[in-house]
Amino acid sequence: MIFKWFNAEQGSAVERFAKRDRLNPLELLPWILAIAAYYVFPSYLPLGSQILLTILFAISLDLALGYAGIITLGHAAFFGVGAYSAGLYALHVTGEPLSGLVVAAIAAGILGLLSGLVILRTTGLTLIMLTLAVLLIVQEFANRARPITGGADGLNGIAMLPIFGVFRFDLFGHTAYWYCLSVLFVMWIFGLLLVRSPFGRSLTGVRENITRMHSIGAPVRRRLVTIYTISAAMAGVAGALLAQTSQFVGLATLGFERSGEIVIMLVLGGIGRIYGAIVGVVIFMIAQDSFARANPAFWSFWVGLLLVLIVLFARGGALGIADNLVALLRGRKK
Amino acid sequence: MKFAKFAAIALAATILPFASAMAQTIKIGFITSYTGQNASVGVMMDKTVKLWMKEHEKDLPAGVKVEILTRDDTGPNPETAKRLATELVTRDKVDFLAGVIWTPNAAAIAPIAAEAKTPFVIMNAGTSAIIPSGGAPYTVRVSFTLWQSSLPLGQWAAKNNLKKVYSLVSDFGPGIDAETAFKKGFTDGGGNLVEAVRMPLATQDFAPFMQKAKDAKPDAVFVFIPAGVQATGVMKAYSDLGLAKEGIKLIGPGDITTDEELPNMGDVALGAITMFHYSAAATRPANQAFLKMWQRDYGANDWPAFEAAATWDGMMAIFDTIKAQGGKVNGEKSYSLLKGWKTDNSPRGPIMIDPENGDIIQNEYLRRVEKVNGVLGNVEIETFQTAVKDPWKLLNPKK
Repeated sequence: MIFKWFNAEQGSAVERFAKRDRLNPLELLPWILAIAAYYVFPSYLPLGSQILLTILFAISLDLALGYAGIITLGHAAFFGVGAYSAGLYALHVTGEPLSGLVVAAIAAGILGLLSGLVILRTTGLTLIMLTLAVLLIVQEFANRARPITGGADGLNGIAMLPIFGVFRFDLFGHTAYWYCLSVLFVMWIFGLLLVRSPFGRSLTGVRENITRMHSIGAPVRRRLVTIYTISAAMAGVAGALLAQTSQFVGLATLGFERSGEIVIMLVLGGIGRIYGAIVGVVIFMIAQDSFARANPAFWSFWVGLLLVLIVLFARGGALGIADNLVALLRGRKK
Repeated sequence: MKFAKFAAIALAATILPFASAMAQTIKIGFITSYTGQNASVGVMMDKTVKLWMKEHEKDLPAGVKVEILTRDDTGPNPETAKRLATELVTRDKVDFLAGVIWTPNAAAIAPIAAEAKTPFVIMNAGTSAIIPSGGAPYTVRVSFTLWQSSLPLGQWAAKNNLKKVYSLVSDFGPGIDAETAFKKGFTDGGGNLVEAVRMPLATQDFAPFMQKAKDAKPDAVFVFIPAGVQATGVMKAYSDLGLAKEGIKLIGPGDITTDEELPNMGDVALGAITMFHYSAAATRPANQAFLKMWQRDYGANDWPAFEAAATWDGMMAIFDTIKAQGGKVNGEKSYSLLKGWKTDNSPRGPIMIDPENGDIIQNEYLRRVEKVNGVLGNVEIETFQTAVKDPWKLLNPKK
């Protein structure tokens, strides 16, 4: 199977071009592993659910940052808005989870659209600062609007109804795991279709050479706002998953730390390739969890060291290393 | 299927003690903040647990061992705290949950304790509502509630010629409790609370708030912030802006003159009046013994504060529960033993866990910062009230 994957990129250029978007068997591997993990590590399910929803968050960031080149440090704004709207929806309307996801996606999407219309006029450092500003505004709003959001105490007492009226969220996290996995799977397919569509290709064009995209008459800004909105909605769904599975929403969902960490995880895995999001999050969160358990007082030091090493020695992230290895193997075969 | 799993665990729990009567290990899942805001408090609690284990591990029944599993909840992050607690009860199968600095974290853990039938001993978080009037199943508190200290302080202030008071509190559960309780005690006694300001929880620079307080020309400023380095920040702003020179007193629950930060504050703290349940400077023998052990192990310049006292008493309660069951602990039994547990041997004087709801009952002392042998200390002037039950529960009875 692996050899088939290596060979797929050989042959004539036209052949390769025609096949490039076909689903590769290797792409099913993460899903097989995720299902296997359920049976192999039944006592790690709460961490597993957190990893799955963080992967979704990282994929959403990858759409904006990796594919369209929108550099942002404020993506937690959408994650948090999704979490709060799902939490509020469950508290005040109904604890039905799936409609909660839709509400969260819409709320976060609207914020993405509105803020995108304003801040995507800028690029580079200004853009980073503005994304940060949006995050801080939303954060301070949540902090101040105590009657609605519970302020620094957070939203307590969220009770979820069973999914489809059958699967109750249990203490051991069985339901939460399958729930997060299914939502992630659907979103992953959506993300793949999106980046491999003409629209997705045009985003890469914007990222690589914005001047040329302007000269061929592509509606650059509209494309950027569109992908930013989609990315925001997806981040909102990830936030909603956190709210629903942990049945609590706090200010930390809107924290700068969460914004920064998700960028780090994405860079760790490799940006602009969807799978970087999966690999980076899995490595980072498992490392963090094991370090923290082994040494509760000094774990952040080890996580920091890991990051320094990755940045120094693996510029393309973990998948960058994998690429280099594959290239090396192929070179040897010739 | 779920029932089958529970039944299996229950069965295993009953059979195992007989299978391995020789070595019985009791696990305590200890959650606190080693990183993030107020990490210094987490480290202090951890030091207390280590000290307790060193001194008292030998008191356990023969063949019984206690294992402490420590976890870092990284500050006021209830999602993390909840996940850690879930893992501790489902994966590590701990017999007790304990620790927790932050109110939101404790509120997130309490339902897990109830669902898993694992007793949860809160060693700091002080918002009254974590334990409602009817009790929270499987949750007890050995620390304090803000109502316990701030209500009597308000009554004291009204009686002692403080006519106008300006209130500054952190904008989260305990801060709001402190403000409400102080206001009740103070205005019921005829005082005038001129303004009540809530500051963001993460505030580092208190000067703007202190300036506004000064401009209002009150007789005293009532302050609550989570104890730790923020206390020194408050004291610095109070000193820099010269409120003391204007005759404006600083009062509050003991968090604002917390014992471990006093050496960092300097002489400006002299004269600050607080109402609280524990002071490292207390002269009762149990505290002197505790202090001696602490400074023997951690140095003469290291002071245990109320978080250390609560952790110490919490460990005492858990150990007493283990001993009472002869080392074969059971969640339900442990919880019923914890409720109503009492000791006269706490560093803070006689304490008891309310058998009705599981919250702490203790004395409140009126203290003033003074120099004792050249060192700043919260000197207890009088035992203001004895055996104080959480006043919030009396005012908000079970519906």
